[in-house]
Amino acid sequence: MDKSQLMFWFLSALAVFSSLMVITRKNPVYSVLFLIITFFAISGHYVLMNAQFLAIVNIIVYAGAIMVLFLFVLMLMNLNKESEQQKNKYLLWSGAIAGGMLMVIMIAALNTTEPAVVNQPGAGDIGLIKNLGTKLFTEYVVPFEISSILFLSAMVGAVVLGKKGD
Amino acid sequence: MISTLLAMQMDWALVLEKFLLIVVVVSVSLGFAMYSTYAERKVAAALQDRSGPNRFGWFGLLQPVADAIKLFSKEDIIPNKANKVLFVMGPGLAMLAALMTSAVIPWGDKIVLGGREISLQIADLNIGMLYVFAVVALGVYGVMIGGWSSNNKFSLLAAIRGASQNISYELAMGLSLIALLFVTGSLSLKDIVVGQQTNGWNILYQPLGFLIFIVCAFAECNRTPFDLPEAENELNFGYHQEYSSMKLGFYLFAEYINMFISSVIMATLYFGGYDIPFFNEAASSLHPNILALMGFGALMAKTVFFVFVFMWVRWTIPRFRYDQLMNLGWKSLIPLALFNMLITGAVVLYLQNGWPKF
Repeated sequence: MDKSQLMFWFLSALAVFSSLMVITRKNPVYSVLFLIITFFAISGHYVLMNAQFLAIVNIIVYAGAIMVLFLFVLMLMNLNKESEQQKNKYLLWSGAIAGGMLMVIMIAALNTTEPAVVNQPGAGDIGLIKNLGTKLFTEYVVPFEISSILFLSAMVGAVVLGKKGD
Repeated sequence: MISTLLAMQMDWALVLEKFLLIVVVVSVSLGFAMYSTYAERKVAAALQDRSGPNRFGWFGLLQPVADAIKLFSKEDIIPNKANKVLFVMGPGLAMLAALMTSAVIPWGDKIVLGGREISLQIADLNIGMLYVFAVVALGVYGVMIGGWSSNNKFSLLAAIRGASQNISYELAMGLSLIALLFVTGSLSLKDIVVGQQTNGWNILYQPLGFLIFIVCAFAECNRTPFDLPEAENELNFGYHQEYSSMKLGFYLFAEYINMFISSVIMATLYFGGYDIPFFNEAASSLHPNILALMGFGALMAKTVFFVFVFMWVRWTIPRFRYDQLMNLGWKSLIPLALFNMLITGAVVLYLQNGWPKF
């Protein structure tokens, strides 16, 4: 086992463990904090694949902004006490069955695909910011611009919704 | 396990070198922050025509030591209704986020020890500037978790204020950094400093960007005039109201470390970093170690100046009201930063490609 393999197993174990904690904690604030740890573990995976830009943007956007907003909302709603009401038993079962079926489908789909050629850790350099920028603004410039327009419209929509009251 | 570790054939000298560098950088940051508290009192005293701390040690120079002893020996109280785990974690997170930025700062050029070149930078990431930005974004968790877990309405209000303030000012800060990125063409802080050594300091190209950056840095450090998360007259003591002893000390200390680190970042990004003004490092015949030390001295001199500006502003300008703070951030700084970005982009494109031909 070499360095990157050791890192891979550590990060994977951390990611799986903390995502399990996200869905099993009663206190939603703990869930959010464990979700942040999950994001860090995933960023670690990106770094292992030499995609540093993606790693750091993942932290800035998800851990730094979106999770702060999540925490913000949870604190305002004050779900501190375990005020979760008793769930319907049928709802619980139907949720478990639906989720289980999704898992079966995904396993089946992954089972029949061709095994992908996986890059050796640290081998590819497409994730470095210079190459990524060049690719985005030459080969993928149209999808890139379209997605930025999508973001713009989402932003305008958020502002319009926010101003509805006045 | 041991054999696995040994089989990795790591460059143990490199590991040792980086470890020593981390220890030195963290202790320098802590020491600097410690004496910033003394400097703050002295500056405040000078601005208000008093004499400041002058009892313990020469000119009161041992005052920070006395403060530390006081904080350490106070009773450590954890409120009954507080969330104990998060309550203890809060100050730790604040301190961690404050210290993490120092990893990508180039503290000087390389030094030579026994034929081995040692770079005075813990990690020269090619995304250094984004790393700084990410750590700044994480800095808010210390405030939020501490404020919420105290189970006190004033702390909670302060935590929410702190979070919204940080998010708002991060945007303008990021936009001003993008304009700087147009000029430097690199995200690595080392490259930015080297570029400034040849082309002149970035403040010459980005005066407006620097102005936006420094205002945002004040807001991100929760310093007056933007210290609304700890506004005494409205929120008693803000997010660290329930804290006592060294946990409180950590919060207060993290603020001074943040101030130190953001001063270093400002000096590095806009004022040439370890570049010595009016002196050509590349052409000088001095020993590289002496040059590196001089460069470190230059960086520290710039940092001390910015820390002084932080204190100067604190004791000169009164606190903003909360809506004024939000208006300034969203309605003035962000449009200004966007405008700055547009102009910079246009000028850089013009210099690269000339006037567009239709």
